[in-house]
Amino acid sequence: MVKLIYRKKVWEVKPGMTVRDAILKTGLKPYAVLAVRDGKLVNEQTILRDGDEIKLVAVVSGG
Amino acid sequence: MKCRKCGRTAVINMRQHKLALCQEHFLEWIPERVQRTIHKYRMFTPQDKILVAVSGGKDSLGLWDVLLQLGYQADGLYIKLGIAEGAYSDESLGYVERFVSEREGVHFQVVDVKATYGLSVPEVARTKRRGRKVCSVCGLIKRHIMNRVAYEGGYACIATGHNLDDEVAVLMQNVLRWQVGYLARQAPVLPATHPRLARKVKPLVHLYERETAAYALVRGIDYIYDECPYAVGATTIFYKDLLNQLEEHSPGAKLSFYLSFLQARKEGLSFGDEGRPDLHDCVQCGQPTTAPGLCAFCRLWEGLDQG
Repeated sequence: MVKLIYRKKVWEVKPGMTVRDAILKTGLKPYAVLAVRDGKLVNEQTILRDGDEIKLVAVVSGG
Repeated sequence: MKCRKCGRTAVINMRQHKLALCQEHFLEWIPERVQRTIHKYRMFTPQDKILVAVSGGKDSLGLWDVLLQLGYQADGLYIKLGIAEGAYSDESLGYVERFVSEREGVHFQVVDVKATYGLSVPEVARTKRRGRKVCSVCGLIKRHIMNRVAYEGGYACIATGHNLDDEVAVLMQNVLRWQVGYLARQAPVLPATHPRLARKVKPLVHLYERETAAYALVRGIDYIYDECPYAVGATTIFYKDLLNQLEEHSPGAKLSFYLSFLQARKEGLSFGDEGRPDLHDCVQCGQPTTAPGLCAFCRLWEGLDQG
């Protein structure tokens, strides 16, 4: 399985899908987050592998 | 997805430019784009001393990093506002200090609002401006301090980390309400209209927020991730989301909206910005004010027990 982490929330998705599809599964918006795997930024077409842990980083700030 | 320059795996795809880049080429592309923006709007030259307003966030630290890489004389200014009983400010200052400690010969100064004036920003807002949002008090205080430090330090301009998403969100709000006064003043460069009013520049104004966040990540810049507690639920964030939905369907829509606005003004679209109000010197601090007497900043502190 693949683990997606955003702030204090964690989701698990099946391997083999793209980062973009995995983000959509969480309900987050792909344009609002960046995906980091093993400390490296990955593009949204990256295929997720079994055991991956993806940290999602919010893009938008306000004020 | 491959890097358009070298064919290696891309870390980012910028659909508005039809450009995917690997880490190495993205790290080259960002400073080049910022340099082009500085040149296009004649923001400053390598001979100028620049004051960078840093908050500890991705945009301001990324901007500072790029300006230093490009060889500009860029000093940092951190204004300690005293947010969340000081905890949020302490944390964000920590990121600025870490940034500085990792680079040689970098100068920065801290202005602690409470230590300097007696009360933190939320305390002033609570005591003086009941009903007025903390953010507007905060903006007033920050602008005053930035102008003061820039004037006293002989800086040519103040550089802020506003990115394109910040600008289009404000543009959209102003257009929806036809706030022509605000539209007239929205620009990548705000000229100094008074000797004590610093010139303001926004070198990241052609970069999407997604790119500034990605730059901080790939460059290894540690920044404060949590939002200022007063910005949570801010209208700006709502407008940014709307604009990002538009961008999803029409890549480049945000950039086009902003550049078309600037172009229309260049070609003569007027927002009534021909006449500027007369400015007077504040009798207390000397900074400009539209009405004779005290400026808004000095009026804010009037009658407050400043410790």
